[in-house]
Amino acid sequence: MSARMTYREACRQAIRDAILADPRVFLMGEDVGRYGGCYAVTKGLMEELGEDRIRDTPLSENTLAGVAVGAAMAGMRPILEIMTVNFSLLALDQIVNSAATIPHMSGGQFAVPLVIRMATGAGRQLAAQHSHSLEGWYAHVPGLRILAPATVADARFMLAAALADPNPVLIFEHVMLYNAEGEIPDGIRSVDIARAAVRRAGGDVTIVTYGGSLPKALAAADMLAAEGISAEVIDLRVLRPLDMETVAASLARTRRVVIVDEGWKAGSLSAEIMARIMEDAFWDLDAPVRRVCAAEVPMPYAAHLEQAALPQPEGIAAAARALVKPP
Amino acid sequence: MPSLGADMEAGTLVEWLVKPGDAVKRGDVVAVVETAKGAIEIEIFHDGTIGELVAAPGSTVPVGGVLARLGDGSVTAVPAARPAAAPEPARASPAPEPRRPPPAGTRARATPAARQRAASLGVALDGLQRTGVDGAICLADLSQAAKPAPRRGGFDPKAMRAAIAAAMARSKREIPHYYLSLSVDVTATLGWLDRTNAGRAPPDRLLPAVLLLRATALALAGTPELNGFWEDGAFRPGDGVHVGWAVALRGGGLVAPAIRNADRLGLDELMAALRDVVGRARGGGLRGSELTDPTVTVTSLGDRGAESVLPIITPPQVATIGFGRVMERPWVVDGAVLPRRIVTVTLAGDHRATDGHRGGLLLARIEALLQTPEVP
Repeated sequence: MSARMTYREACRQAIRDAILADPRVFLMGEDVGRYGGCYAVTKGLMEELGEDRIRDTPLSENTLAGVAVGAAMAGMRPILEIMTVNFSLLALDQIVNSAATIPHMSGGQFAVPLVIRMATGAGRQLAAQHSHSLEGWYAHVPGLRILAPATVADARFMLAAALADPNPVLIFEHVMLYNAEGEIPDGIRSVDIARAAVRRAGGDVTIVTYGGSLPKALAAADMLAAEGISAEVIDLRVLRPLDMETVAASLARTRRVVIVDEGWKAGSLSAEIMARIMEDAFWDLDAPVRRVCAAEVPMPYAAHLEQAALPQPEGIAAAARALVKPP
Repeated sequence: MPSLGADMEAGTLVEWLVKPGDAVKRGDVVAVVETAKGAIEIEIFHDGTIGELVAAPGSTVPVGGVLARLGDGSVTAVPAARPAAAPEPARASPAPEPRRPPPAGTRARATPAARQRAASLGVALDGLQRTGVDGAICLADLSQAAKPAPRRGGFDPKAMRAAIAAAMARSKREIPHYYLSLSVDVTATLGWLDRTNAGRAPPDRLLPAVLLLRATALALAGTPELNGFWEDGAFRPGDGVHVGWAVALRGGGLVAPAIRNADRLGLDELMAALRDVVGRARGGGLRGSELTDPTVTVTSLGDRGAESVLPIITPPQVATIGFGRVMERPWVVDGAVLPRRIVTVTLAGDHRATDGHRGGLLLARIEALLQTPEVP
């Protein structure tokens, strides 16, 4: 029987399952215990699973990332929750210099089976310091696998796959998705963390996106369908390593592509996807590649300005329309 | 895809007239190809059995591209151009290759997919519709252009104009022309023609043109230096007097199919040959060899033409002979001024191959021959 739940609930069940299934698994992070997580993902888990498995930490991101790396090296399976990607900048050294490199630097003597979850993205009027989408930065780093669950099913099952990976995996949960509801289809007990997914099939133009922008891309595809334009929507799911095969296969049919990313354009994940399309699928293109990204500004606090700075369905549809039916 | 002239870059396959397994011998017509000069029947140049038909009807194949293979697999590229008909070795490359982009600044804006498709079709990007993003040529524009091959028998005036432009520009660029002219009294000849035609039914009558053609062919047989090709810096004589007879096409354009061994045909045979090639040039159905065979070109302006013509040589030939309109003129005959029928015959010669002296001999021979049309 298919189960309907929120994205938040899916994350919570995933953590609970993982901890119950493997004594080496524990969750640590700021306010994850008594408070239940700043996005309420872990509400009730400390009461149920105990303080050893759900560990409240001081506000010291680099330290607790170091602790998580050390625990992973020592044989545990830590899940580190960093409240948001904005604060993960304080832990960059442990993530980039330790977690991503130790398997390599130790000649394979140490694995770092660490999973770091963090919230990402804008849309809740948290202003310029709490609204970043910096997952693209982490997708730059060899040694890390970067996941962006955009559906309830991925939120529910990506964690188990990430914990099974012997190398560090970062999971980015978009803040606007926590309240989203969705079905987990019958029989789904696991997902891969390797391939992109076609969330909507179409023949005229491909929209490549991930995470919090997926619902906007699907809304844009609905708008386009009403005009007779058939848009294919690809959910990348995995930001590193990118599954360009799925993108190229779609492009071979549609020959037009719009990339939607809440990150900024300059030096970004969307730029990397564009570059890879040029490398892998150049001769299939029948129109320039377009991007719909966040405006190149610090994220405004005012609601209308924030919405104006973010990709929106209307803008995505306009970009796709201009490729299919040039003005 | 054989080269059917120095100006030809590609041809569009209209239809196959053979199928795999058919036995063919040299000279058989195997396919119809649409060129700038209209639909042309392509002859095969090897005996054998048709193996694979590589090109599909409707596809445009660059000169030198493979149309079909012979069955035994040992010989490739069946209807290949005759070596003599391929004056530019660069065009003889065996496989169609993507076009090289023109120099920067003149490059047509086209999407990668359109550019790729155009290259595989051998379609030029210039002149296509541009409905893509930023005014680029996109796939949709190309499918528009690549639509149905022109019907058999028709020709594209624009493409023919481009082909003539290319050939004539090349001629004027490369060939140092010299020009000679001679006004010839054809009163006696035309009198003989009038008497001959008077006894014939209209379909059997001879045109004045056939007399001019025969005299020219015979004169060329005696002046072989003006009958042949300038290739790779040297003259190569023709293997016969194959006169390319310039035919103006309705709606514009020009084609000069060969009348083979014109010097060995009697007047009636020549007349029949002339009617045949003119009819097929205008109606379609010329054979490829008829476009590549001419060893010399003759143009006759006819009743409504100008008084004389200074023609341009068709590369790689070395001479073109032109006839103006027959005009009644005051002419000095035996010390008296008499009205006579005069035609001005001109020669454009390739000065690399011959000098004016040789050209003068040819004109003198034509003049002499025109005095005795009845000699078989």
